[in-house]
Amino acid sequence: MLKQTEGSHAVAEAVALCRPEVICAYPISPQTHIVEGLGEMVKSGALANCEFINVESEFAAMSVAIGASAAGARAYTATASQGLLFMAEAVFNASGLGLPIVMTVANRAIGAPINIWNDHTDAMSQRDCGWIQLFAEDNQEALDLHIQAFRLGEELSLPVMVCMDGFILTHAYERVDIPAQPQVDAYLPRYEPRQILDPAEPVSIGAMVGPEAFMEVRYLAHIKQMQALELIPGYAEEFRSVFGRGSGGLLHSYRTEDADTIVVALGSVLGTIKDTVDEMRADGTRIGVLGITCFRPWPHAAMRTALEGAKRVVVLEKSLAVGLGGIVSSNVHNSLAAPSTPVYTVIAGLGGRTITRASLHGVFADAIAGQLESVSFLDLDGTAVDRVLAREREVRRSGPIAEAVLRGMGAPGARIG
Amino acid sequence: MFQTRIHGRGGQGVVTAAEMLSVAAFREGRFAQAFPSFGSERTGAPVVAFCRFDDKAIRLREPIMQPDALIIQDPTLLHQVDVFGGLVRDGYILINTSRSFSELGIGEFVQGFHAEHLCTVPATEFALKHVGRPLPNAALLGGFAAVSGHIAIDSVLAAIREKFPRKVADGNIAAARAAYEYVLGEMQEAAHAQAD
Repeated sequence: MLKQTEGSHAVAEAVALCRPEVICAYPISPQTHIVEGLGEMVKSGALANCEFINVESEFAAMSVAIGASAAGARAYTATASQGLLFMAEAVFNASGLGLPIVMTVANRAIGAPINIWNDHTDAMSQRDCGWIQLFAEDNQEALDLHIQAFRLGEELSLPVMVCMDGFILTHAYERVDIPAQPQVDAYLPRYEPRQILDPAEPVSIGAMVGPEAFMEVRYLAHIKQMQALELIPGYAEEFRSVFGRGSGGLLHSYRTEDADTIVVALGSVLGTIKDTVDEMRADGTRIGVLGITCFRPWPHAAMRTALEGAKRVVVLEKSLAVGLGGIVSSNVHNSLAAPSTPVYTVIAGLGGRTITRASLHGVFADAIAGQLESVSFLDLDGTAVDRVLAREREVRRSGPIAEAVLRGMGAPGARIG
Repeated sequence: MFQTRIHGRGGQGVVTAAEMLSVAAFREGRFAQAFPSFGSERTGAPVVAFCRFDDKAIRLREPIMQPDALIIQDPTLLHQVDVFGGLVRDGYILINTSRSFSELGIGEFVQGFHAEHLCTVPATEFALKHVGRPLPNAALLGGFAAVSGHIAIDSVLAAIREKFPRKVADGNIAAARAAYEYVLGEMQEAAHAQAD
């Protein structure tokens, strides 16, 4: 059914349609509306046969999800930012144990300085934790990816993180098609666990493993992620046949057929990039976009093929590997058939910084002209940075950095964009 | 694409107004997108929310920097925030106040815009009368339907109905209707004055 609703609400409805049996959550912006919505549905009885467990922290949220999943329940939770970091130890345990928990990450920056706005630092900090990581471009895809996540995770017995941009998607009202229960039931079979804590047939889960077997266990986790690369395109196809729309998959190409320049990105910024590309195409520029839906496992072969014809690649990412540059771009570079193809890393949108078409036009044009640094920062206020650096050269006790940057800027809260 | 920016203060239902406007457009079969400016909202602090609608799917995620319409829920913002920033030349301005543009001290400024696209409406008074609380957002949407003509009043009323529980919706619908009639009256008066 078509509905004009908030992204968080759409995701809550999608999760409910997947018939979860245990939902545990600890509130943190911008994820809160999702689990609030689910909590209401459990309380009202609209979501039956589901236990909603309020926990005292994110660490407990993931721990409860692990316990519930090990007991054979379909388990779901959601978090963001510092919440994801606080549960990190349990996040690794969930994947290490092979428990198919589904978790929404409403992407948000990581402090310090504290910042509630969107970027991808939280999800990227956990990129090697063994979870599958899917990124949604819009609210329809966020909704759809959750349904696919349960299917994929349970088939492989691996946990899946569905990443959606905090505020930009979670708090945006837009049109979504909410599927009917029979459609979801047809697509998502009943959960048949590969392992279960059952008093009638006792097993232990999570034994200590020494040097003789640990490598093998980790290798099997890697193999499973590689299997996900095989399964994901098929699940996306099947999704299309049941729900009548394309969602999910590994990568999405847009106007890349004859493109000299391909922009690689993930998440909601793809929409703004596509509009920019349309405008540049109208002026005769051969530019296209490659959107990453599946970031982990890394779709190496598909990426290599998709970028084959490009003379240059611009990777626009909302996270920063401090001391290196780009996380996504490093991955992209590894997948290039011709390693000499220039890859420009553009760090953008950190801590909720607006990414505008005007700025994208400028940075893409610079890349095409060969005038872009290999690592650049979109709309960086160089004056503000220089001011702080100059002060640090002059004064030993130069004081806290974030406060110094703010002080030099006046009152940015009054700005609209 | 038609882009509306709504300015107000935390607690005035600015974000809800943008959401309701998007629901109203959706009900007319259009694609619509509404989102807030994502500040750490505090009661009384300046808040901005955005609503776009179009006949095709909207992919753009940047804030609205060149609005086709402005709804200003609190006239005290006029001298605090650059509320008019980027407004297109034939753009619409609706301000919640019982005063006129010249009484607000911006008579000269708005001379560059189409007179028939500008209106003030005492939305808070309508809200106090019909809702019992100084929440002008729904009333302003009623006034906006009248001044802009880009959304039907029935769609606005249906969106209000969808958003609030029945009793609250009833009051807000009455306020929206009253503001709609008021703005229509103001516009007719202005048209007559011009004809004379």
